[in-house]
Order: sequence, then C-alpha cells, then structure tokens
Amino acid sequence: MNENIEFKLNHKPVQWSGDGERMLLWVLRTDLGLTGAKYGCGKGICGACTVLINKKALRSCQVPLKEIHGKEVITIEGLAQNGQLHPLQKAFIEKGALQCGFCTPGMILSAYRLLMEKPVPTEEDILQGMNDVLCRCGAHQRIVQAIQSAAIELRSPR
Amino acid sequence: MEKERTRTTYPENEGDSSLLSRRQFLKGLGGGIFILFSYGEVAESQQPGTQAPVDFNAILNIREDGRVSCYTGKIEMGQGIVTSLAQMLAEELDVPLGSVDMVMGDTDLCPWDMGTFGSRSTKHFGPTLREAAAEARALLIQLAAEHLKLPENRLSTRQGAVFNKENEKNRVSYATLTKGKRIEKRLERKPSLKPVSNFTVSGKPANRKDALEKVTGKAQFTGDIRLPGMLYARILRPPAHGARLKRVDTGAAQAVKDVQVIRDGDLIAVLHSHPDKAEKALARIKSEFEVPTSEVNERTIFEHLLKVAPEGTVVQQAGDIEKGRGLAKMRLDGTYLTRYVAHAPIETHTAVVNVEKNKVTVYASTQRPFRAKEEVAEALAVPARNVRVITPYVGGGFGGKSWNRQVVEAARLSKLAARPVQVMWSREEEFFYDTFQPAAIVKISSGLDDTNRIVFWEYHVYFAGERSSQLFYDVPHILTVPHGSWSGGAGVHPFQTGTWRAPGSNSNTFGRESHIDLMAVHAGIDPLTFRLNHLKDRRMRRLLEAAAQQFGWKSLKRPISRGEGVACGDYLGTYVAVMAEVDVDKKTGKVQVKRVVICQDIGQVINPEGAKMQMEGCVMMGLGYTLSEEIHFDGGQINDRNYDTYEIPRFSGLPKIETVLIENPEMPPQGGGEPAIICTGAVIANAIYDAIGVRLFELPMTSDRIMKAMTKK
Repeated sequence: MNENIEFKLNHKPVQWSGDGERMLLWVLRTDLGLTGAKYGCGKGICGACTVLINKKALRSCQVPLKEIHGKEVITIEGLAQNGQLHPLQKAFIEKGALQCGFCTPGMILSAYRLLMEKPVPTEEDILQGMNDVLCRCGAHQRIVQAIQSAAIELRSPR
Repeated sequence: MEKERTRTTYPENEGDSSLLSRRQFLKGLGGGIFILFSYGEVAESQQPGTQAPVDFNAILNIREDGRVSCYTGKIEMGQGIVTSLAQMLAEELDVPLGSVDMVMGDTDLCPWDMGTFGSRSTKHFGPTLREAAAEARALLIQLAAEHLKLPENRLSTRQGAVFNKENEKNRVSYATLTKGKRIEKRLERKPSLKPVSNFTVSGKPANRKDALEKVTGKAQFTGDIRLPGMLYARILRPPAHGARLKRVDTGAAQAVKDVQVIRDGDLIAVLHSHPDKAEKALARIKSEFEVPTSEVNERTIFEHLLKVAPEGTVVQQAGDIEKGRGLAKMRLDGTYLTRYVAHAPIETHTAVVNVEKNKVTVYASTQRPFRAKEEVAEALAVPARNVRVITPYVGGGFGGKSWNRQVVEAARLSKLAARPVQVMWSREEEFFYDTFQPAAIVKISSGLDDTNRIVFWEYHVYFAGERSSQLFYDVPHILTVPHGSWSGGAGVHPFQTGTWRAPGSNSNTFGRESHIDLMAVHAGIDPLTFRLNHLKDRRMRRLLEAAAQQFGWKSLKRPISRGEGVACGDYLGTYVAVMAEVDVDKKTGKVQVKRVVICQDIGQVINPEGAKMQMEGCVMMGLGYTLSEEIHFDGGQINDRNYDTYEIPRFSGLPKIETVLIENPEMPPQGGGEPAIICTGAVIANAIYDAIGVRLFELPMTSDRIMKAMTKK
C-alpha cells in the first residue's frame, strides 16, 4: 500500500513514498525532520500542529498524506524567506506575543491565513478567527496586538 | 563539619569520585574566568534546612571571546527567566544583554537546584547570580589594574570592558583580560552589589531572548530531540486510577512489522521508529482491567473530603475567637468550593532517554531536572553521577511538570530496548496522569460589630493547603486552620493532586475575598471602602488605591447591576489587587469578562515587560478555573481527556487587561509568575454578584451553575 506522493514543502519539491494514510504531522516530524509543527491534542482541537496547505491553515494531525499530493505545504520553518522574517514573526517578537512558545508556530500560521482573508481585521475578526487556536500561557492579548501590527505592515507598500 | 553532615544525608553525592568527575568536567569547559559556588548555599536559600551536598559548580563563565555563560538549574517554561536572569547578570557584570548565553536545567553543567516553581527564580536564585557577577566584576577590575598599571579605585566597568574613570579611552575588554587564562574563583563571601539607582539593564523592558527561536520553529522542545536509532514508545494505560491489569494479549501488536513490544511488570509498551505506527500497534493490544468501584464522584466529593479531613493545624491566631463571636452583632457564615483543575500545558509530558553503558542521557520536559536525575538513577539502579538530565525549552508547566513519571518510563524502556526511547504522552494520557489542583473547601465564620467592623474571623480550609490562608485584614479575633495539604494523601483524592500555579492560594483567595465582599454587602458598605476600613498594611492599601484609580471605581453600595468586582491577595511576598467588569447574560448564564485591571507589587522589577506578560497570562489562565475548567470524574476514572470537553480560555473570552506594576524598589525582587492568578475567582464572583445580585459559592462559575443560583434566588 505504498504510495508515491509528491508535493512542495517550504518551496522545495518533495517525493515521499509510504503509507498515504499516515498523518502529515508525524511524517513532517519524523521522516522529514521538521519539528516546528507540534503535537498538542491529536484531534484537531488545539491548533499546535497547524501548517499551510495551499495557503489554508490546516491541522496536520488530521491530514492524511495522500491528500497533499500535488499541493504546497508551508510549515513555520518555511515562513521566513531569504533570511527575512515574515511580518507576523517580527510582530510576535516585538509585541512579546509568546511565552512557552509551544503554540506559537500554529498561532503564526493561523494568523497568516486570517490576514489573507481579512487584510484589515477588526479586533473582533481576530478574536473570532483565532478562537480555535489554544494558548495555555495566556499570551492572547499580545497575540491580538501582534496580528494587528503585522496587518498594518503587510498592507504598507514596501 | 558542614560537609560531613550533608555528605551523609544526600544520596546523590557519592564522595570524592563524583567531585573529581565534576572537576574534570569543569576543565572541559575551556578557558576564561569561572565563578564557582556551592550547591548547599543555594539550597539553603531556597528552603532553609534543606540538606544538599557541598560541591562547587560554575554559575558563570566569562569566556575568552568575551561572551558570558550563565549556568542555572532553573528551566524556561514560558515564564521568561531566560531573559530576566540574563538581565540581572548583565546588570551586575556590566556586559551587553546580548552577550549572555543562558545554559539552563542541565544537571552536568549547572549548579544543583531544587526546581522551578513557587515563583522563586528571580527572588532566590537571582541574588546568588548577582553576587557571582559582582565577584567576577571585582576580579576583572583586579586583572585590569595590572594590565593598565592603574590602581583599582581609578577603574570602572561598562559594556564588557574596564576603563580608566579619568580617561575612558584607556580601557581593556573582558575578552582581553580573560584570554589565555583559566581562573576559578569560589563565591564564598558576599560581594557588594550595585545599588538599584545605578541600574541600566534591570528594570528596563527587554525583548525575550527566546523569541526568535520560538517564532521560527527552531526552538527545541523535548519532543523535537532526535537521537540516532531512537524509538517512540506508546504505553498501555489503565481505564481508571486504581485499576488492575487482569489479562493482556500483545500478539496482534507484536505481529506488526518493525514493532517491539516490551513488558516489564505493569509497564507494557509498543515501540516503533514512527510514533504514529507505535500508536496503531498499541491499539491492537487486547487488555482487560479490573476497575475498583468507588463512591467518590463529582456529586459526593466535598462530603467525602470533609469526612476524611485531618484535624488541622492552627497557622494564625489573634485575640480569643470565642470572645470575638460573643461581640458580633451580625454573624455571617460561608462555604466556598473549588474543583479539580488540570494544568493542561500544550506540550504534554515528554522525555527522551538514552541508556548506554555507564552513561544515561535524559532530555525531559520537567520543572525539576535534578529530581529527575535521582529518579532515573533509582529506577535503573545506576549511580546518579552517571545520569545527565538536559532540559530543552519546556512548553508550559504551571506546576504540573514537577512530576517526572514520563522520564522514568522512558528510562526503563530505553534500558530494555537498548535504544534511545522517546515517551511523549498523548493528550489523553496528560489528562489522566496530571497532578490536578485539588478540589478544596473553605469554611468561614465571621461577624460584624455594631460599627460594621469585623470582630471575628474563623477560617478552615480543607485540602488546598495553607498558602494565602492567613488573614491580612485588621481583625481582633482570628483563628485560621488549614486541614490537609494540596497533595492530599492516601484515601483523600481518587487520583493524584499537586501543585498548580499558586498552589492553595486560588482556593484560599476565592474563599476569603468572596466572604469579605459578602460582609461588605451586609454591612451596606462599598466593598473597596470596607476592605480599606480593615487594612493597616500600607502596601496593600496603596495597591487597592492604584487599582481603583486605574479602573475608575465608584464607591457605591453593591449590587448595582454594573458588573464590577474587586479582590486582593498576597502570595509569598507579592501583593495583588484586581478589579473587573463583567456582563452576565441572564437568559443563558453566560459570563463575558470585559475588562480586568490588575495591580501588583513584586518589589524591585527586573524586566517590566516580562512581569506584565506574566500578569496578563495569569489573568487569562485564571479565567479558566473561574468560569469553565473542572475535571469530571467517577472514582478513578477521568472523564475529561482532551480540550473538547475540558475548556481552557480562548480568544473569545479575552477581556481588556490593564496591568499596573507598583514601584517598590526598596524591596528585593519577589516572585511574579504566579501571584496574579490568585484573585481571579473572587474578583469575577464579586463582579457577577454586582451584575445579577446572586452570589456563587462554587468554582467554576459555569452557565449552568449561574442559572441554578439565579433560580434558587
């Protein structure tokens, strides 16, 4: 039941052969050596394993590998490009929008998608849009501020 | 004499061979200046009476390239000491913050440490670190005096260099001074420290040193450690605490390709080079457990706790409680209940262990690496000196990672598999083996005299522990009696309980501050004024006044349907005052917290941004045990096993949080990781009372409980 699955991972082509029913999270963390996506609940509830698949923020613990054939996957490791942090990453640092940092990759990638859909988000948009991503340390207020600040930077002409 | 005593009482210290190996290890660290100090001294400062070995280990190392390494047995779990401790060191040594490298929680490299809990890192470890830095700075000035051929009193330090006070160009860098040298100096005397007024690094906001790694996915947590040949283990678990394994058939699991099944007594595990494949194989094990029946459940728990409660110890006594009772014109009694609450860090308990001949290497998500070292040594029957525990970043602890069960499991499995093994608990295992905040009861009997002053206060707390139980209000007749501690004991709780962020204080503060509010209402006095009427303590008065000003508190009799509440509290030397505004939907009982003003006095502040982050985090986390979090159970069976039914706070529940740090530079730094959480239950309960005129006596104040309380009224 080995399947050949080809996809783009952090801007580079990947060819992977194996059981296509395996969940992306574990293939990323073990076979592909990318540990930025975290295990938090295994049920798609907490969002710690969030990655971008064709720019949609999805829970990688719930995505079988066979479903990503031909698609583009971006993990937290692939968000900064050419040595440049993404505005969200910069804003999370500047606003102190993290504590233990375990939920941070999922937070940032979820916010990435939110800002694609709502480039000018209201506070309510952010609270609703991020509601299913869990942070136990309670960095919420600063995460909201970081997303607002990144939204402004993303909109400003560079 | 001191040495003899400690050596015979501490199992880890195995005499000279251990000291010798440490000496050699220190040599391996290379050149530069080392400040060494004894374990025992820190242990003593953390908990007087602790008997720890006298051994010297480096606390800081000024390297030949001018960078500075700080070695601490404390760990970083989000509370931010990776930054605040570096700030304290940079301040005292006069080096740029960016040149400090923190080495944390490595039992081979770092001085012994009891553990990271109780908001002690800045308070207790900080001063030792500052002394070490001051010692190093004095030594550098000595070296510079020779180098520059100037007397020491004409020299000063700044930004990693010693310079001539009269001619700043006449200078020499720390790097130059340490080059080619190897100086070990013991920290024994108390060097003089910089006065707070000269601080340039401490007290100033600093970005987190760990932020860049954490936003790029480079930060390594224990589960991210990959060792060659490592296997992932999944362990067979009982359905309930106290259950006994009757039958097990591992045949179907064993048949899975590349799976290794290990059985060692009750420890039955499936190992594979892929964690998800180990998980699948585990599901093929057939097992039968005998689950004992229990009368203890959610409905009977408080009755049960009162039945098994020990007599208690008086921790505070003033006046004569019977006399006080006689003086009361109005007597008010209240019983306040809090339920089991999970730590629920997003990172589950994880460990990677590699057992080799004469060497065991452990990576662990733990708040107590040195305890883990002893536990592994004991479980494997190897000398403790052969065990090294390394603590990567910890993905949240909150007191729950003071227990290292997963470390011992991984160690046993690595030994049997003869391979490195990772144990990463599933979310279900995390909820099952968590050491919950205990369910607890606070019973208060109190009375007002005819001038509306509290004349007596009799306080009993069951199983929360004594922290924050003592009354700081000015009352003539007081009796405070805690019964049992947070760890329970045999026959108390149907599962394990332990330290949960500000242990004991959440229950005690909920009880006390709710009851004070209740008394204010009966006295017909604004609850802020009522508190101030009974407060001589100037620190607490100042905090309450600051909170009132920031909040815009109106001194009015409550309830007045504004949804406003006040509460204050103390936790191990830190003072907190909180005001909150809530909305209660009377049709559904749903509470929305709109605004929280929190004022805190932690003495001298090292990293104001870091301190505020902790305050905000405490408010958010506190809303969980206040409004939604409780473990549902039936005997030893835990019914909440994931975040679907166990509801931790989310973005939609975020109030506007305003933090105020009250300046108190005369007082040495106190802890700031926990205190701001203790008032949350009471401040919200008091605000709900103000909103709907109904008081809740039990946490969490779920919609159901609010609806029931409204119906009763």
